[in-house]
This record gives sequence, structure tokens and C-alpha cells, in this order.
Amino acid sequence: MPKEKLNILESRCVPLPLENVDTDQIIPARFLSATSREGFGENLFRDWRYDKTGNLKPDFILNNPAYSGKILVAGKNFGSGSSREHAVWAVYDYGFRAVVSSFFADIFRNNALNNGLLPVIVPEKFLQDLLSMVQKNPETIVRIDVQNQTITVPASGQSHFFEINPYKKECLIKGLDDIDYLLGLKDLIASFESEKNR
Amino acid sequence: MGKLTLFDKIWDSHVVKSIEGGPDVLYIDQQYIHEVTSPQAFNGLRARGIPVFRPGKTLATADHNIPTTDQDKPIRDQLSRNQVAALAENCKAFGIEYFGLNHQKNGIVHVIGPELGYTRPGMTIVCGDSHTSTHGAFGAIAFGIGTSEVEMVLATQCILQPKPKKMRITVNGSLRKGVTAKDVIMYIISQISTSGATGYFVEYAGPVISSLSMEGRMTICNMSIEMGARGGLIAPDEVTFRYFKELPSVPEGFDWNSMILNWKELKSDPDAGFDRELTFNGDLIKPMITFGTNPGMGIAIDDSIPVPEDVAGDDNASFRKALDYMGFVPGMKLIGHPVDYIFLGSCTNGRIEDLRAFARLVRGRKKSPNVTALIVPGSKAVERQAIEEGIDKILSNAGFELRQPGCSSCLAMNDDKIPAGKYAVSTSNRNFEGRQGPGARTLLASPLTAAAAAITGKITDPREFID
Repeated sequence: MPKEKLNILESRCVPLPLENVDTDQIIPARFLSATSREGFGENLFRDWRYDKTGNLKPDFILNNPAYSGKILVAGKNFGSGSSREHAVWAVYDYGFRAVVSSFFADIFRNNALNNGLLPVIVPEKFLQDLLSMVQKNPETIVRIDVQNQTITVPASGQSHFFEINPYKKECLIKGLDDIDYLLGLKDLIASFESEKNR
Repeated sequence: MGKLTLFDKIWDSHVVKSIEGGPDVLYIDQQYIHEVTSPQAFNGLRARGIPVFRPGKTLATADHNIPTTDQDKPIRDQLSRNQVAALAENCKAFGIEYFGLNHQKNGIVHVIGPELGYTRPGMTIVCGDSHTSTHGAFGAIAFGIGTSEVEMVLATQCILQPKPKKMRITVNGSLRKGVTAKDVIMYIISQISTSGATGYFVEYAGPVISSLSMEGRMTICNMSIEMGARGGLIAPDEVTFRYFKELPSVPEGFDWNSMILNWKELKSDPDAGFDRELTFNGDLIKPMITFGTNPGMGIAIDDSIPVPEDVAGDDNASFRKALDYMGFVPGMKLIGHPVDYIFLGSCTNGRIEDLRAFARLVRGRKKSPNVTALIVPGSKAVERQAIEEGIDKILSNAGFELRQPGCSSCLAMNDDKIPAGKYAVSTSNRNFEGRQGPGARTLLASPLTAAAAAITGKITDPREFID
């Protein structure tokens, strides 16, 4: 089934300069009882964003009106922990279309790519420069170009070529879906099964 | 000839097609599903109007979102009840075998898969749960996947997956008194950090690993994900084969005599090429405990919490945030610190051997009145065996109560939550902020360390109780 396409993303950023942000922080387990994919953005970073009585915590970055945008910039090893795709759905549903970090947990990265959320891996120095720039000036714009695999900060002139495998890149740009691709291989899969006696 | 790792051998024999410059189309022999990460996948099949391609290769259980008391009564929480009901309906509609609540084969997905003989050497196994790595203990490639991937496997029995790099972790020497498999894996994670194996699939080897039972090996492989690894596996050996010979129940068509011949081939070649090799000395490992909010933040139980300046790999802001959350300060010792809760259970330490170890330590002693204990068997089979062996009696004489099986306080989706600010010595796998309930403070440790804390009401070196 077709998904939202992503090629050029130009946006302000939300900085989250913490390492090892795990999936339990992104979406706590007690919000995983839903049976649909929608609505998880409401509880993104729930326990950092709201206090015990459900009031917004003013010191958390998502509650700071100065910051907004479709790009989340986070410390290294973002998305570690559980395999819950709900974490990606929450980030996406909140309105982010890309997460920039120096390092992603494997399952989170796969899940992100399967949902049209782009994980952009940058060197630690690039990340730290970007974080401090955005923290100083919330209006900093970042431009991500999927086709050319670049992330650029026009104000500083910094640019980085990021890795993404060619198959996933095409899926993102064209809004293609893995399951459609696999369904097209059913005959091949069936002959693999009889050949290997599986 | 002779340069392949065990991982390569299994992976390569399951590749249906390689996409140029992209992922492999990997055939999956066995999928496990549970109530939390599967409903959206079934919704996807319905939206596409397609069936499950090979329903016989998926097995379902309810474990994450169920109570561990009064399982014969309807689940009180409406959302949880709906989610479990949705799994039952989906399994019925799509022809998938389902061991629901109260079924004699119900239990935590990573406990029942092996004990029912569905998990076997040489297989590829997936589940929408990161601790699927547990099944690697049998010499299988097993890893956690997201819900979109669950849908892929339901639809085509395949998944698109880039081949990870390969790491071997060898543990030499032998284990000292009071040191368990849990301590071994917690030690390794503390040495290489919570992201030290990201991008890798790990093979565990060496005399310490060979000396472990299948239960211990499952504990090791289970926590592979806590150092970021895609999964972990151990080459099958006589211990593995004996496990299968002694299985009380096996799936239809199971013929272990012919299988065992093939399983003997499942090992890395002598000069197999690993992308990274690490070696540890098992003699140096002590009972471990975590002090922070990721599983890499672990120390020997008699050590002091490091000071941030000494911590490599973690930035100071994250380190200090973790200690603030835990109510600890750098340099302090944990021994003697009061404990409010203990949790014995989960796919990490909810098997019969874990209950036996706990029972052996608390036998003839009394639970501290300050401690609330949650003792949760990993499956109905573990529960039955514990009762057969009289473990339930030992526990009740010491002031403990055996609950009913489920994931329970490991992720606290049900009522088994640790209250805010309280300290829990937990045999589970994650000490993330709020993992066991909002504000809960988790200290990961072995069943022996949990038992010692339950008796004294404080963080206690379990070696004090072991002759």
C-alpha cells in the first residue's frame, strides 16, 4: 500500500541532547494497549512531557514554544530497547519526519524506515554542532535531501553525506511498501520452500 | 571451505533472494506473536484483503498484557481485555494456533517456544519482541522485529533484512560460587555498554558458556539486545541435544534422532571470520547489580557506583540524570541500601531453574516484612513443575506467594507495577526509567541476588547465603 513520500525535508528542529533515549521513554508500555496505529503522538515522551497529574512539564523541550519542526535531533543510541513499533508511530504521529542522531538502535532504525520516518546518521561532531546551534537559535533550518543523501545546515554551511541502502531510499522517495514487494515474490518463496523442504 | 560462522551458515541457507545493495529476503521458519505487537499487523492483512501465507509457522500466546492473579476471571482493564480478545479473534480468523489465558501451554512467548519444542537449532525465528534473541540459545537465528515486519512474515513468511556483522564473545575460565548466567551477561554488558554490540549478531562461546544449562544459555542470549546486538546464539552441543530428548511434549512430526544428525553440523568453522572478537575471564565475574537506568550501568554488587569522570561512553548529563532518577550519588556503595520490592520472573529469569535457585536460598528463612515480592513463573508448565517439585510450599513457608504466568512487572503493562520512588531488585532485563511503573527504580540482578534482598530487605551479596 502506498505510503507518504519523502524526498526533500526542510524544517526547524527540536533538540534532545540525551544519549540512549530508549523506547520506554519514547512511548511507555502502559500506552501500548491500543490495537490501531494512530494516536500515539499524544503520549510521545509521556513521562518527560507530563507530570503525574497530567500537566505539561515546562522544562521539557517539546513543551517549549520556541522549538518546533519536523526534525528531531537526539543524542547517540536513539531508540534502544524494545522492538515496539509504537515508538516510531508516536514520533511520526507527533509530526516528525526525520530523526538525526550519531547512532540508532537497529530495530528502531528498521521500524522507522518501514514507516516513512527517516533516521539520519551523522558523525558525533556534526551532531554536537547541530545540537548547540539549534539550542542557541531555535529558528535554525536544516535541509535533508534523500535523493542526494545529504543533510545541510544552510546557516553554517555544514553538510554531511548520510548512508541509506538504495532499496530503502527508493521506497522512501516513491512511497513504496515492503509488503507489496514481498507479495510479488510469492512464487519464488514457494519454490524456495519446496527446494529446501521447509 | 571452512571460513563460515554458525550465523553465516544459518542465514545464508535462508536467503530467498538478495536485493542488489539492499537487504536480503530472509525466509522465516517460525514466528511467535503476542497480543501487543500483532493487532496492527492483522489489520494490515485485512486492509489488503490477503490471508496468512503459512499459518502453521506462526504460534500465538497472550503474555504481555495479562494479570498474574485470577486468570480464570475476565481481565478487568478494558483495553487489555480488548487486546487479548483481538488476538484470539485474529488467530481464529487466520488459522493460527493460539495458547490463550488458562490454556495449559500458555506462558511468556520466549519461555513456551523452547519448552514446547517449537524452537530448534538451525532455524530462523522472529517475534515482535526484542527478547526473541532468547531462542538463539539453541543455535538458531532469532531476533525481534517491529509490527510492519510481523505483517511481512504473516503475509509471505519472509522479511527484508540487511545481514548484520558478526561478533564472537568468548568467556573463559569458570564461574565462582554464587555467580549465575545472569551475572555473566550483565558483566559483559557493563563492559561493552548498552550500545556496544549494535549492528552485530553475537555468538557466545568458551568454557563458561558450554558449562551452562539451556536455561542459563537462554538468559545469556535473552539479554543480547541490551548491548544493542541484533541477537545472540550458541552452537548446539550435547546439553542442547539432551534438552530435546527430555522434552515432555513436542510438535507433531518431531523426530529428534534424524534432526540431531543435522544439528551436529551447526557450528562455526575453526577459522571463521568474525568482524569483532571479545574475550572475558569468567573467574573475575562477581554477582552483578545495576545502579542506573540502562542495563550497561552495572557493577559488581560489592563495588561502588562510578564517578562520572571515570565513565567512558556515557556523557555526564545522561549519567547524572540516571543517578538522580535512582536517588543515588557517584561513589556510593549499594550494599545495605533498603529494598522495597523484588521481582522474580520474565523471559530472562522466569524458568524453573530460576525458581529453584530462588527457593534454595529462601528455604527455611523468612521474607523481610519491608519487602513486597512478585514471584511469577514464565509459563503454565513452569508453574506446574514448581508445584510438583514443592517449590510453592518452600516459598509459602518463607512468606512468598507464587503468582500466575506472564510478563508481569518486567514491563508493567498489567497491575504488577512498582510504585514511584520505590526500589525493586528485579530479575528482568531492563532498568529504564519507568519501565516497572512510572517513577519505579529498578535494580537488575540474578535470582540469587533477588532472593538475598527479599530475605534481608536490603541489597545483599548473595554469596553470604551460599555455603
